[in-house]
Amino acid sequence: MPRRDDLKKILLIGSGPIVIGQACEFDYSGTQACKALREEGYEVVLINSNPATIMTDPATAERTYIEPLTWQTIEKIIEIERPDAVLPTVGGQTGLNLGMDLHKHGVLAKYGVEMIGAKPDVINKAEDRNLFKAAMEKIGLDVCRGRTVNNMDEARKAQQEIGLPCVIRPSFTLGGSGSGIAFNREEFDLMVNRGMELSPIHQVLLEESILGWKEYEMEVMRDVDDNVVIICSIENFDPMGVHTGDSITVAPAQTLTDKEYQRMRDASLAVIREIGVETGGSNIQFAIHPDTGRMIVIEMNPRVSRSSALASKATGFPIAKIAAKLAVGYRLHELANDITRETKACFEPTIDYVVTKIPRFAFEKFPDADSKLTTQMKSVGETMAIGRTFKESFQKALRGLEVGSFGFGCDNKDLWGTVMQPSRDDIRAKIAIPSSERVWYLRYAFKEGMSVDEIYEITKIDRWFLDNLSEIVETENELRGINGCGAIETATLRKAKRFGFSDRQLATIWNCSDMEVRAERKRRGIVATFKCVDTCAAEFKAYTPYYYSTYEDEDEVPVKAPGKKRIMILGGGPNRIGQGIEFDYCCCHASFALREMGIESVMVNSNPETVSTDYDTSDLLFFEPLTTEDVLNICDRVEPDGVIVQFGGQTPLNLSRALWNAGVPIIGTSVDTIEDAEDREKFAALLRRVDLMQPANGIARTMNEARAEAEKIGFPALVRPSFVLGGRAMEICYDPAQFEKFVKEAFIVAQDKPVLIDRFLEDATEVDVDAISDGETVIVAGVMEHIEEAGVHSGDSACAIPPYSLQGPIVARIKEATHRLARALNVKGLMNIQFAIKREEGHDNLYVLEVNPRASRTVPFVSKATGVPLAKIAAKVMAGVSLIEQGVTEDPIPSHVSVKESVFPFVKFFGVDIVLGPEMRSTGEVMGISERFSIAFAKSQLAAGTVLPKSGTIFLSFSQRSKHHVERIGRALHGLGYQLLATEGTARILNEHNIPAKVVKKVQEGNPNLIDYLINGEVQLIVNTPSGKGARTDEGRIRAAAVSHGVPCITTIPAADAVVRAFQALLTEQMDVQALQDRFPVESGVG
Amino acid sequence: MHPETDKVMADRIAKLALEDGSVYTGVAFGADGEVDGEVCFNTSMTGYQEILTDPSYRGQIVTMTYPQIGNYGVNAEDVESAKPHLSGFVVRELSRRVSNFRAEGDLDSYLRTAGIVGIEGIDTRALVRRLRVRGAMKGILSTVDLDDASLVAKANASPGLVGRDLVREVMPAQSRVWNENLHSLAVLEPSGHQPTPVDASAPHVVAIDCGMKWNIARHLSDMGCRVTVVPATASSSDILGLQPDGVFLSNGPGDPEPLTYAIGTIHELLGKAPIFGICLGHQLLSLACGAKTFKLKFGHRGSNQPVMNYATGVVEITSQNHGFAVDEATLPADLEVTHRNLNDETIEGVRHRKLPAFSVQYHPEASAGPHDSSYLFAEFRKLMGK
Repeated sequence: MPRRDDLKKILLIGSGPIVIGQACEFDYSGTQACKALREEGYEVVLINSNPATIMTDPATAERTYIEPLTWQTIEKIIEIERPDAVLPTVGGQTGLNLGMDLHKHGVLAKYGVEMIGAKPDVINKAEDRNLFKAAMEKIGLDVCRGRTVNNMDEARKAQQEIGLPCVIRPSFTLGGSGSGIAFNREEFDLMVNRGMELSPIHQVLLEESILGWKEYEMEVMRDVDDNVVIICSIENFDPMGVHTGDSITVAPAQTLTDKEYQRMRDASLAVIREIGVETGGSNIQFAIHPDTGRMIVIEMNPRVSRSSALASKATGFPIAKIAAKLAVGYRLHELANDITRETKACFEPTIDYVVTKIPRFAFEKFPDADSKLTTQMKSVGETMAIGRTFKESFQKALRGLEVGSFGFGCDNKDLWGTVMQPSRDDIRAKIAIPSSERVWYLRYAFKEGMSVDEIYEITKIDRWFLDNLSEIVETENELRGINGCGAIETATLRKAKRFGFSDRQLATIWNCSDMEVRAERKRRGIVATFKCVDTCAAEFKAYTPYYYSTYEDEDEVPVKAPGKKRIMILGGGPNRIGQGIEFDYCCCHASFALREMGIESVMVNSNPETVSTDYDTSDLLFFEPLTTEDVLNICDRVEPDGVIVQFGGQTPLNLSRALWNAGVPIIGTSVDTIEDAEDREKFAALLRRVDLMQPANGIARTMNEARAEAEKIGFPALVRPSFVLGGRAMEICYDPAQFEKFVKEAFIVAQDKPVLIDRFLEDATEVDVDAISDGETVIVAGVMEHIEEAGVHSGDSACAIPPYSLQGPIVARIKEATHRLARALNVKGLMNIQFAIKREEGHDNLYVLEVNPRASRTVPFVSKATGVPLAKIAAKVMAGVSLIEQGVTEDPIPSHVSVKESVFPFVKFFGVDIVLGPEMRSTGEVMGISERFSIAFAKSQLAAGTVLPKSGTIFLSFSQRSKHHVERIGRALHGLGYQLLATEGTARILNEHNIPAKVVKKVQEGNPNLIDYLINGEVQLIVNTPSGKGARTDEGRIRAAAVSHGVPCITTIPAADAVVRAFQALLTEQMDVQALQDRFPVESGVG
Repeated sequence: MHPETDKVMADRIAKLALEDGSVYTGVAFGADGEVDGEVCFNTSMTGYQEILTDPSYRGQIVTMTYPQIGNYGVNAEDVESAKPHLSGFVVRELSRRVSNFRAEGDLDSYLRTAGIVGIEGIDTRALVRRLRVRGAMKGILSTVDLDDASLVAKANASPGLVGRDLVREVMPAQSRVWNENLHSLAVLEPSGHQPTPVDASAPHVVAIDCGMKWNIARHLSDMGCRVTVVPATASSSDILGLQPDGVFLSNGPGDPEPLTYAIGTIHELLGKAPIFGICLGHQLLSLACGAKTFKLKFGHRGSNQPVMNYATGVVEITSQNHGFAVDEATLPADLEVTHRNLNDETIEGVRHRKLPAFSVQYHPEASAGPHDSSYLFAEFRKLMGK
């Protein structure tokens, strides 16, 4: 049965905002699926709430809905669009759950929509622990001993049978949310309770502990004729006990004989058949006992997953694309292998390299969170590296992680040989507990002289992996015995490069510069060669290849065609808080723009989750770490005519000076300009020159200098370390005591760099502006008014286009200031400015907080809000086409309101305080669009998972500084019919104004206090403006409790006002849906 | 396995020279010496021990495309014959550490004991690309002679595979009764795998051993056949004298066309007993029916070859190892194509239209490779009617 002709229109469900456990891999898979279905002539209707996706570009689907991802919203879309089928298997767990909701609520039946990819009963069988277990037993596969329980009594009984340690997994949660291992009864009770709350069906699975077993994954695809193939096997470096998303993983499996591998393959085939996934991809996880070989099935995902994205990038096989085609009836052997063209998609990729994925964490942003790695995923991103050996790919991955390390030690982060060198006891303790730091301590263990067997006994990391690490350390020791790079034997230098050592590591070992090492090795002919990822280990010729570097004899990169221009785009590397999908979106658009212009686009990135690392996004793809050395090596081969550094976030900007100095032709805004905007003194001079204000500020290298600056600047003051991203350790100080404390912390984070001190503009309105300039013309594409006041990191604040409260004249002043800055800095490309507007002595003062002459996080949001493809236009500007030549001369004026709201990972970090501040902590964003601000805001809240209650009880607790807002907000809420609950002080003010409010005890005042109300479900919304923050304060505990009980918590006055406006609007209006294509005329479509 | 021995080893140089003049210099492992052979590549990521002990590789220097080999060591169970038969072994990196719960030794020592010369550390992908473009080539692998020109000259002077009878070098000297079943890891069944018991009513299969992979015999035995293995030179009367219910034609090394004795035997057996052939056995059956074979450019060697089964319409992912194939243009009317390779459309299986005989070019016994095609053994048993 080839392509199904009975289907015409297919609804695809996206995965929503980036959260821990669901990142841009689902933009990648969703975009591939959209392209695949449209290629087959189907009309695709897409829903996703995340504007930062390529998938929500109006050109990706016929009908694009950026709307909240709830089944009710989707029903509205189904009612309008009447699709024939829904494909829920490419939008992560969110897509799958929504598909199931639509089925359960009868929506699919009502409108005659068929679920394709996986049927509801199949999804149920795969996801319901009991059904899955029974299915596995039926086909003779071993599973973990375990029981599903629905209450505490059952849980305690089951625990008696299973014993401790015991694994607790709530049913139907994202990324294993709420999962953990209990080692004692107390932990057990706590975790079971939380698990029940997190599970939408209040169910928890208890399992025997298989800690320390070897962990594997298989990526399987099946078509309607029951052809089944394995795309990739993955072996986890970290044994069982660490969520696979948090594990270092390696493809293919390294330590299985063919008999054991084939047994796992047989089991995978049996599982996908028994569960009944008719078409598409699945991921199946296995554990193998290291001594006995006993194999058990852990779980299966009947959908495209994070691991499928990794498997696709690791092999070159486009799982999501093929899954979409299988879902509409194709059989595997009817589809071509795009990479080889002559062979079919019905085969099993074989690879001739080793792939290592290493997760990236953000614990520094959540100091109160437990940084121990468990079965609940905590990482925010990942990097993938390819090498010819595990040693090479492992070291490449470590430098691709961009955490200041350039391989397995031997760099500035290396503690060995410093005063901080850990003791043997420290090392033993650190390697015993999985954490983001463990990998570094494994090296220290070898440096300390511990043996592979000793380390194995503590970590259960397979000896094969450990021995490879040992070989790296042995080579390091050998290199340390050599007196500099002039003295080394060429063979030894070549071996070091083949083991993945970076020039920077070698330079650190020999106390010289990385450029000296580079020159010396090039002199000896030791240069990187590039090999191709081709799905077939070179058995067939590859046509759409991507490359990785290694140190071999033969290079496969095609020479530049005469007369053809090549422009290289540097990507953003692994996702982290502050730098993620938004920048990948920009990089992809740059590539699309270049290809439209007939220029060969060359992408460099190391993030396997992204669209930018898809095999057909660019003409050439280099899957490489983003370091100076790796980029220069690529430049040597591809000889780019231009390199774009302003789209990949801070990562490529950090390389720009070194690249420029090495002669790399960076295009767009100059490197000098980029640096000038970051240099405080030059920037201050510039602002004086263009007659713009900035808050009083100073710079301090010592505590005393800081105190002197504080004298001049006054309080409140904003303190932050210089040269640090995403508002790390940035704090607002209201008095000298806070100032002392935070400045001290800032100095620690700054690591010998100065600390910056700014006057904090209290109660100021913050505005973000995204503009494009070609040096002549300046377009202000978006003026975004923040909902939260200045002081909340712009990445965490909600914002609206167009401004919802600012008046015309002030917007005009903002635009005019933007023009002045763009011209003064001679910006060529994108630029982002943060302004603050503060009412002082009767008039509005406009302050410039920051100028970034590069793509900002808000570029995709502005593009979706205005219909103007900013990144594409900017890329063309950089490639030499002026704005006038592009026909872009007017600032866009959208006719509707778009609100961006941020999404936070607090639910993953139990007990962490959620108060917003200058340090960015959100992982993703959603967008609400409507004709009116209030409805757009309401949509953005719903999309972010904040369900605004239509009735019920609202708890109010206002800090001293915000008490003057109590009456206004309290009256409005009371008028809307809500019951009010308040702390004593707040209640007194309400009562004084004849607004009824019940007083609730503070937590330390005994019971019943607010937390009891939360537990009992008696509070539907919390408005709590903080007077202090921290997980240990009373209000911090309340906020954390709100998160874990799923009660929305508003922490700023402007947000509370916006919520009131939303409540009022929702009394009379619906949250209607509209396709993006209907909001913008077709010809100006983004994409 | 120990770093100390590794250090000593690292000083040993090996060179691989091809007839086209290219020379690859790497580090020697396994035995010292000098061997010639046809240089080919295998794309399986697992199963090096099965590959090493597959007698079909006689006369060949095998390059593994997967770069990390030796990771899980060697054991006494994962063998397809009594010892490695290939000429030489080429890998990107030999693992110095063995890690697997079944491992009994390391690959380096195993090859040294078996007298097989190995080379590691060369750009195996460059070698594979050369073989893909120019076709399989004659080559020489040496730890003794390290002179490039001399090695290239020797490679050119070496006999190669075409027209040679390599079967006689690997077939058993005598007949024997087979009685080993499949490994417990090889079969996934709900209540644990139990081989079909062999009793008096069990069919008797005579397997003509041209260099048979043991897993074939294990399969036949496992599904309840009495198996007698005879050398490839056994005559039809020898075989019929054993009163077979079915005759199996095994895989084996090299060019099928010089094996006139076996082709003649099969011709005489056709119609006398049901016949099932694998790999070389498939080529011999086709030749016996009047078809011709030809040499493929670089052959099919790996565990991921897709084969369409025309009877079911389903694709099997197969294990393959062959450098020759049946020429479709010469296929007699009596033979029907039952299976075809999806990559290059070559014939992967035939069936006699009138007589009980069928064969496949690929390896349903797997080992190394996927188990998708093990149903063929059941079909053979069905054909035997017992």
